[in-house]
Amino acid sequence: MTPIPFPDLKPFTSELIILSAGLFLLILELFVKNKTVLSAVCIFASICVLFVLSDTQGITFNGMFVNDLYSMYFKIIFIINLVMTVLISINYIDREKPDRMEYYSLLLFATSGMMIMASAKDLVVLFLGLELMALSTYILAGIKTLNIKSNEAAIKYFMLGAFSSAFFLYGLAILYGLTGSTDIYQISEKIKTIEPSMALVLSMIMIVVAFSFKIAAAPFHMWAPDVYEGAPTSVTAFMSIGPKAAGFAVFGRVFYVAFDSIYTEWATALIVISIITMAVGNIIALSQTNIKRMLAYSSIAHAGYMLIGIITATGDSINAVLHYLLIYAFMNMGAFSIIILIEGGEQIKNYNGLAKRYPLVSALMLVFMFSLVGIPPTAGFIAKFNLFMSAINGGYLWLVIIAVIFSTISAFYYLRIVMNMYMKDNISDSIVFLNNSAPLAVAIFISTVMVIVIGVIPSLLI
Amino acid sequence: MNNQLGIPILSILIFLPIAGAFVVALLNREKEGLIKGITLTVTIANFFISIPLFTSFDKTTAMMQFVEIAYWIPSWGVKYFLGIDGISVLFILLSTLLSILCVTISWHSVEKKVKEFYSAILLIEGSMIGVFCSLDLFLFYIFWEAMLIPMYLLIGVWGGPNRIYAAIKFFLYTLIGSLLMLLGIILLYIFGGRTFDVLEIMKVNYPFGLQMLLFWAFFAAFAVKVPMFPVHTWLPDAHTEAPTAGSVILAGILIKMGAYGFLRFSLPLFPEASLALSPAMMILSVIAIIYGGIICLGQTDLKRLIAYSSVSHMGFVTLGIFALNMQGIEGGILQMINHGIVTGALFLSVGVVYDRTHSRQIADYGGLATVMPVFSAFFMVFTLASVGLPGTNGFVGEFLILVGAFTASKPIAVFSATGIIIGAAYMLMLYQKVFFLEKSSKIMKIPDMDRRELLTLLPLLILVFWIGIYPNTFISFMDESVKALLERIYNSQMTNLDISNILEGKK
Repeated sequence: MTPIPFPDLKPFTSELIILSAGLFLLILELFVKNKTVLSAVCIFASICVLFVLSDTQGITFNGMFVNDLYSMYFKIIFIINLVMTVLISINYIDREKPDRMEYYSLLLFATSGMMIMASAKDLVVLFLGLELMALSTYILAGIKTLNIKSNEAAIKYFMLGAFSSAFFLYGLAILYGLTGSTDIYQISEKIKTIEPSMALVLSMIMIVVAFSFKIAAAPFHMWAPDVYEGAPTSVTAFMSIGPKAAGFAVFGRVFYVAFDSIYTEWATALIVISIITMAVGNIIALSQTNIKRMLAYSSIAHAGYMLIGIITATGDSINAVLHYLLIYAFMNMGAFSIIILIEGGEQIKNYNGLAKRYPLVSALMLVFMFSLVGIPPTAGFIAKFNLFMSAINGGYLWLVIIAVIFSTISAFYYLRIVMNMYMKDNISDSIVFLNNSAPLAVAIFISTVMVIVIGVIPSLLI
Repeated sequence: MNNQLGIPILSILIFLPIAGAFVVALLNREKEGLIKGITLTVTIANFFISIPLFTSFDKTTAMMQFVEIAYWIPSWGVKYFLGIDGISVLFILLSTLLSILCVTISWHSVEKKVKEFYSAILLIEGSMIGVFCSLDLFLFYIFWEAMLIPMYLLIGVWGGPNRIYAAIKFFLYTLIGSLLMLLGIILLYIFGGRTFDVLEIMKVNYPFGLQMLLFWAFFAAFAVKVPMFPVHTWLPDAHTEAPTAGSVILAGILIKMGAYGFLRFSLPLFPEASLALSPAMMILSVIAIIYGGIICLGQTDLKRLIAYSSVSHMGFVTLGIFALNMQGIEGGILQMINHGIVTGALFLSVGVVYDRTHSRQIADYGGLATVMPVFSAFFMVFTLASVGLPGTNGFVGEFLILVGAFTASKPIAVFSATGIIIGAAYMLMLYQKVFFLEKSSKIMKIPDMDRRELLTLLPLLILVFWIGIYPNTFISFMDESVKALLERIYNSQMTNLDISNILEGKK
């Protein structure tokens, strides 16, 4: 028996950096009491990844792992998500006083899980990445061990996440039975040669269900509002972007490549899911009183729009989804940063009359809200425009019309925040003040600049 | 296409106010005098910069003038493409003029969030001008939508008691219309050769079915803005609740953007659909004229009455446009300018008395003519212009529109003429109730207009008579462009006489 050769680790460099930084932090935080050092390590590791990323293209681990342009783009989104989360966490997480400080390590582990998902060329590797990401985020959601809502969030997320993993494994098992392979590209070749059968469609549906859990698409979204509300806000911000982007990364790769020959079937399934998702997200968001819950529903709705890009399944539309995710990362991060900045910022009623006391903060929140609606000249408009254009080009005009109607509805709840800030007087008796810190200000600054610059000069991105 | 001045004058007109808005936003909010001073300076400067458009405009060509073109988003083929022709030039002048008046009329009446208010006004001015000179659909859409943000705040923050409802209603109505137009723009992009350049897209002849589809997509946005029956219901709320400056911008410029959109995009891009749908559009216009007028008769709120009269007057504008002949379209454009002047003036006048009494109820007034004689005279002129008395600008516009409508369809012209009678009824009744009759106790001691208010209304008064007596100054701008537009629609089958000849008595 020939020994298995040592794999080429070059394409795996970025994951290695993040993973080893996470492990290093586990030891470091036993000795270092100053948490800022830990966050500095996170940011340093992220910057290293950005430097090496473009030089590490290639396939490794016997073709199970691929670092191509597609996965690299996602990795950039994950890194941005990580850096921004760290920036908004530095002050906040001390305030929240979690009992254990594996916080930053877990962020790094979750991020490396996402990166592995985006790079997985084999469904088993994909599952590894998925679980690494999921287990880390379960713990992150419950990191406030003495807070009952945080506990509830973690348990709920864990239970439903476990279900979705089971669904994925079922689907994977059936698929393996049909094709004899777990490699996405080999599966694709095999499926082309076999007759579409009930079993194939069943396994496809199982995998759709599993991924829909991850991107919080209705009707598999039930966990999202509770988890978003219960988790510490910085974790919510992290979860609203990272796992969702990772979910879309695998959606793109698995469906676009592996299930290429049963496009009609999966597109039909996703169309149904996309419409329900847009409807549920936008309509239920209207009646929320907690802004984190509202943004949870808004992120459900945005997943619905992005699914249109996956459904259209052209090169343009996949690109549009990537751009959408990147822009969404900035505008959502911005919104969550403001929530962290404002003490008591979770309750929508606390925004009443905010513009009078904090005009700059309100103006920034206004920018993020209008960007989430998709009004020019903000980046949110560019994201939507690009997505809708590619979908219409791909022949899904009717689906885009539905999306447009729902995004008009969405204007109502985003503008409610603006309305409270600018048009109402402060009548609530809770005291609102700002918890400013330099890293948080940096995070808000980056988000604002990106939202406006991409909005005005989209050619930087597109 | 040329730029006779050699300087990017349109860009300056757009970005000077926007830059001003940022400067104002960065100032210390305690320095209200400085904030107002800068805003006024910027608006006045912008007005003077826009005057060369009026004087150097080449009236002998239908081509785009003062053109600026640059690539903006190359991968989508989006250009930064500005230019004006005879259809748009007057709107830019109207925008720069009304912006000054919006600043002066708000001088004392806006007390809270002063900095944000003037910032919003300047942002609106910049994007309004942007809308009127964009020749790239993407750029046009950016300005069109960007305007919503400051306008939403203007109504919602500085408006009347029911402002929040009005603001959100305004926003949602316009947003759904605009988004449907956006889909239309994307379809045009795909079928029109992957460009957003209006002049390029215009060269393509689209199949009839697609034209109909696109016409309705653009109609959704433009009809909401105009507003045409039955999507007009946001207008009374928004106009009524907005602060005076907001009402003036809404009535003076914003709702013209819808009708302008029809002229700039719907008619030339979808000529066959426009011809086919012209009767339907004219019927909707007549409904708006009569329905808006009848509702005015029952109003008890000053601003609401003027707001509903806008529905009626804009009905005339769309009637003229969709008559699809020289007189109708020129009348429609002129009437838009007129309506901007007259309704702008009426809202400014209501603002004048509202600052004194803080009441919009007609019943609270009466006998104002004895207390404020100068103001009463001004208001009389604007009332008569709104009614369409010969010698005022309202007459010229309505006359041309009716001539155009008569050529297109006699029954429709007859029905719409009744709108003028209803208009006379409600405006004169309004005047009688507010200025004559018994003196109301609430207005006993209020002073007449001060110099600032007088200077605000005076330019509009002059324009009322100027256009009323010698409209050719303004109509002559449009001739070539409208002729080219009609040629495009009828494939060079011109039928009608040149309107400026009629007005000068030549045959």
